[in-house]
Amino acid sequence: MTAFDLLRFRDWTDPVPPAAREVVSLPPDEERGRPPVLFVPGHRHGAAVFAEHWLPRTAGRGFPAHALTPRPGGDLRARAHDVVQTAAGLPRQTVLVGHGTGAAAVAQALGRYPARAAVLVAPVLGGWRRTVPPRPVGAPPVLVVGSPDDRVVAGKALDRAAAGYGEAPLMFPGMGHDMMLEDSWAEPIDAILDWLEKLVR
Amino acid sequence: MHDSPDPGDRRDAVCVVGAGASGLAAVKNLRELGFQVDCYERETAVGGAWNWRHDRSPMYAGTHLISSRPLTEFPDFPMPDSWPDYPHHSQVLSYLERYSAHFGLGEHIWFGMEVVSAVPLEAGGWEVTTRSIGGGSSRTSRYAALVVANGHNWDPRRPSIPGEFRGRVLHASAYKDPSLLRGRKVLVIGGGNTGCDIAVEAAQQAGQVWHSTRRGYWYAPKYLLGRPADQVNDRLLRWRLPLPARQWLYRRAVRLTTGDLTRFGLPEPDHQPYESHPIVNSQLPYYLGHGRITPVPDVTSFDGPEVELADGRRIEPDLVITATGYRPRFEFLDPGLLDADEHGRPDLHLHTFARKNPTLAVIGLVQPDAGVFPLAHWQSVAAARWLRLRQTDPARAAEVQRTESAKPLASWSRRRVVKTERHWFEVDHVDYLRSLESLLNEMEPVA
Repeated sequence: MTAFDLLRFRDWTDPVPPAAREVVSLPPDEERGRPPVLFVPGHRHGAAVFAEHWLPRTAGRGFPAHALTPRPGGDLRARAHDVVQTAAGLPRQTVLVGHGTGAAAVAQALGRYPARAAVLVAPVLGGWRRTVPPRPVGAPPVLVVGSPDDRVVAGKALDRAAAGYGEAPLMFPGMGHDMMLEDSWAEPIDAILDWLEKLVR
Repeated sequence: MHDSPDPGDRRDAVCVVGAGASGLAAVKNLRELGFQVDCYERETAVGGAWNWRHDRSPMYAGTHLISSRPLTEFPDFPMPDSWPDYPHHSQVLSYLERYSAHFGLGEHIWFGMEVVSAVPLEAGGWEVTTRSIGGGSSRTSRYAALVVANGHNWDPRRPSIPGEFRGRVLHASAYKDPSLLRGRKVLVIGGGNTGCDIAVEAAQQAGQVWHSTRRGYWYAPKYLLGRPADQVNDRLLRWRLPLPARQWLYRRAVRLTTGDLTRFGLPEPDHQPYESHPIVNSQLPYYLGHGRITPVPDVTSFDGPEVELADGRRIEPDLVITATGYRPRFEFLDPGLLDADEHGRPDLHLHTFARKNPTLAVIGLVQPDAGVFPLAHWQSVAAARWLRLRQTDPARAAEVQRTESAKPLASWSRRRVVKTERHWFEVDHVDYLRSLESLLNEMEPVA
């Protein structure tokens, strides 16, 4: 595979079959022409994990907010397919935010869909097989967010993930792996939304 | 950077001609690399040929894709996976409208504006004259580059048949609705995909149907082994089976599905599989088998109410539909810019890049054995990266030009095809994409 990936025999001859995908959506509090944000949970969670805090906060700051539950039991390819299908179905070029193994699905999806921007939160990329994510199409800005106290993702893995996109990770000490569920859930999402606001200004 | 004093000087901006599928892909991919883009579209909406409202659209009510979804969609914007294997033309239009909206392309498109001339300037760049379709004034602007995506399936190629015909003769481009066929005696001329599709519609509607073809073709079914046939074919390409082996398998597959059509009076193909544009039609053999379509040879002349055929037979249709294709037309360009020969056949590197002018590219001028959109996408990615490389690293751009121009035609163009105008732009999508991929990799910054 080269940097461009023109020959996609697997997708041409063996396309991922369609499946039901749950999407939870919140319209922005006021329409400011901002891009939609699509949250992708890790495989232990569903869209509900974002519905309580991060989704309303995102919509409250003027971004159309969506969270996806990828198909249950799907492999990485199927989950990335679900991310791309959902993003392409939204009205405007979408920001992808993946958490945990959801970040791996987002990293794969970035090779297929030119996201407006992407955020990998406590990313679990590749795990024991260490698959190198593809080069993102359309060169979107990519932010890696994590915590040195995350017991699932080591600091080294965060550094590696961020370096893969030419950045340093944004760290929130004291937080665990499921940042969107912690008492201090607002800090990372506000930092992410600040970063997005600067981009789309 | 101060504003240029001349509003007609668009400096580094790129002019794109047409907002059909190829034009939209060009606008998106140029914007993605940071270019300013002005796209001119003579219609008042996007979609080009796929927009049945457009007077140049060849769509008719029953048009469906003949390539399946995965081989038709843009590589970075899939069609919904809930759609059928072979979507209807109205779905393709809604897909293009969503693509345009999704990437915010509309704000870069001037609708209702036609490009009347594009002239290269001594100092590099282009002088583009546009005119409002509503009969308004014309305007001249200067651009750094010109990307042409005006389509090649809108200017009907009409057969020259001697004599007068008393009935109605219609080019397939003007055929819109099967009600036209109801109860008539219809002769369909042309063995391409359109001719076969219309013959099948006529078989369902008309009182009598003759289908005139010049030669035998290889008719592939839309489904093979329960999968869309192009997806099965791409498995063979994936395994890099040599052409003779693929031809043998193709013949076997046609034998087992479509069967031997010479039984119904169709001629044997005078060429091997893969040497003509693929015909994909499952229903033609079905209606031949029902006796609803009578295959006839070439038409030699009209004679009042009658049509004379090459075998001397005379038939009396009351409606003749000529599905005889389209010719490429670039009225706003000097033919020399495209190195066009006396027949109007352009000679472009990869059917895309002008050989003498580094700031001229044509998108979508290909006839692949798959959908055009993926090829148009990668062509426009390559064109955008080429224009960028010329700005950032002229020395490397010159080097890329040297390597590329040494590449033989055969490396990216279908080598053996039936020698007709129909096959001017015939390419194998896999070989063609491999050539584009090597160009894209050559243009990558040296790590």
